[in-house]
Amino acid sequence: MAGAQILSVQGVHVHLSGREVLRDVDFEIAAGELTGLIGANGAGKTTLFRVILGLQSVSAGRVLPDGRAHQSRHGGPRPSRRARHATPIGYVPQKFLLDPDMPLRARDLVSLGIDGQRLGIPRPSRARRALVTEMLDAVGAGDFADQRVGLLSGGEQQRVLIAHALIGRPKLLLLDEPLANLDLRAGHEVVRLLERIAHERQVAVLISAHEMNPLLPVMDRIVYLAGGRAVSGTVEQVVRADVLGELYGSHVDVLNVHGRVLVVAGAGDEHDMRGHEAELPAALVGPGGVAS
Amino acid sequence: MSLSSASLIASGFFANEAVHTAAVIGAVAALVCGTVGVFTVIRAQSFAAEALGDIASTGGSAAFLAGVGPLSGIVAVDVVAVAAMERIGVQRARGRDLATGIVLGAAFGCSSLLLYLDTTEHSTTGAVVTILFGSIFTIAHSTILPAALLSAAALALVALLYRPLLLSSVSAEIAAARGVRVRLVGACYLLALATAVSLAAITIGTILSTALLVGPAASALRFTRRPGQAIATAVAIGAGAVWLGVLLAYDSFYWPPHGTGWPVSFFVVALIFAVYLISGLPALVRRQSSGRRSAQLGEDRPGTA
Repeated sequence: MAGAQILSVQGVHVHLSGREVLRDVDFEIAAGELTGLIGANGAGKTTLFRVILGLQSVSAGRVLPDGRAHQSRHGGPRPSRRARHATPIGYVPQKFLLDPDMPLRARDLVSLGIDGQRLGIPRPSRARRALVTEMLDAVGAGDFADQRVGLLSGGEQQRVLIAHALIGRPKLLLLDEPLANLDLRAGHEVVRLLERIAHERQVAVLISAHEMNPLLPVMDRIVYLAGGRAVSGTVEQVVRADVLGELYGSHVDVLNVHGRVLVVAGAGDEHDMRGHEAELPAALVGPGGVAS
Repeated sequence: MSLSSASLIASGFFANEAVHTAAVIGAVAALVCGTVGVFTVIRAQSFAAEALGDIASTGGSAAFLAGVGPLSGIVAVDVVAVAAMERIGVQRARGRDLATGIVLGAAFGCSSLLLYLDTTEHSTTGAVVTILFGSIFTIAHSTILPAALLSAAALALVALLYRPLLLSSVSAEIAAARGVRVRLVGACYLLALATAVSLAAITIGTILSTALLVGPAASALRFTRRPGQAIATAVAIGAGAVWLGVLLAYDSFYWPPHGTGWPVSFFVVALIFAVYLISGLPALVRRQSSGRRSAQLGEDRPGTA
């Protein structure tokens, strides 16, 4: 299944106002693969996304998109805008809900995905309209193409945003906590859609989530982030007591309860507590618990 | 006395030069305000617009004191205010309100001095009312050219920035990820906003200027669901309100109390408010029906688990 390497993150360190948010983070992403970036709130997932997007400079390490140098070592100058967007990256930010008064149909928002960064007023054309319609249909948003985006449900808005991100034919699609605002069913549909996009369109899809279980059936690779450090590999390679125990720096239990994985970090230093708190509530009230 | 009240358009209306100037300035102001106003509403920057209108009082009163036309003073002060607001921090919503409030307070302090000097120097209180609440019939014919040039510049700026401005209004994060210089775009938009507010300020007064900027745009956003249509509708509502306001104010010389006339600004603002109230009706119906729609969808969708 693994295709060409799309992104290589090598020894990335990031300091935010004196605090080390990411420590020596290494991983690779390949075309046609769905990778889950799993970590508790505050583990550094959004910061890592900002680094990949070229919006956050690193204090050490580098990000190589598509075989090209992206970020110089030791906080060198930020890459030029042209260099940064040599490899188009589709991006869906976290907690995104549009104002109901926003005068945009789903179609208009997707159309902005073609050339929204360019100056001037877009010229409507038949080809442009056909491309937008095709993309809306591809994500299952054809039925509400002419509705105001702000009046759509969270899951529907998510689909429109995925279409917006995909229409520029990116090689890499980043989604920051796409499941956070969705109910179980909508979340499941979005996960299946993303799996299809990765496999059928040979796009590298990177999804961040604080809860890994909804992604377990579809993840080709996992990047597990805790305390600013990361381990990556297949789910079988990473979600193990010894591997995560080393990452957390303390004893970790990986439990398999009715097909759901539960990571319980023992009481210890600050990082352990964070992992502990993030996983425990998910075990009690998470998707597996309430699914009927 | 009863002969004029019979017809809506009073005799001499179309021959009056003050009416001509008012109609042209009003149209120009409505055009820029409708275009910029739509972005003001979707970017939730009505407070910045209101502040710029109030700050315009400083420029208007200074210009009155110096004996020059109000437009030059208002534009100059608003551009400086925009630069100050951007400098203090217009990016984050909290910093934005704070920066706006600080600049607004300082400018209003200056206004209080300048308006006081206006009234004592010229021993008239007319200046205060004219600057704060507007008097479109007193605008000099020579103001038309600079007003038209300013509006052309503001419209060109908005047209140039249309896509990145729309995208960063939807989501600053998405825009930044696509390489849009969100801060630069925002600063340029504020310049267009300063121009729109200045034109609105000479039309219906500094304090009421927000009404012309935000009112038609807010109504238009309720009527339409496409950005281009929203702008066209906002311009039409604004121009309609100003023109009808001018006409009614002209007619009102024959209304009680006889011979004084009612201020244009009152009519313009009242008309804009009436349109806004009416625009709420379809939105109300749509919300209810869309609520029904999603409720039905929820029931009809088969379970996936």
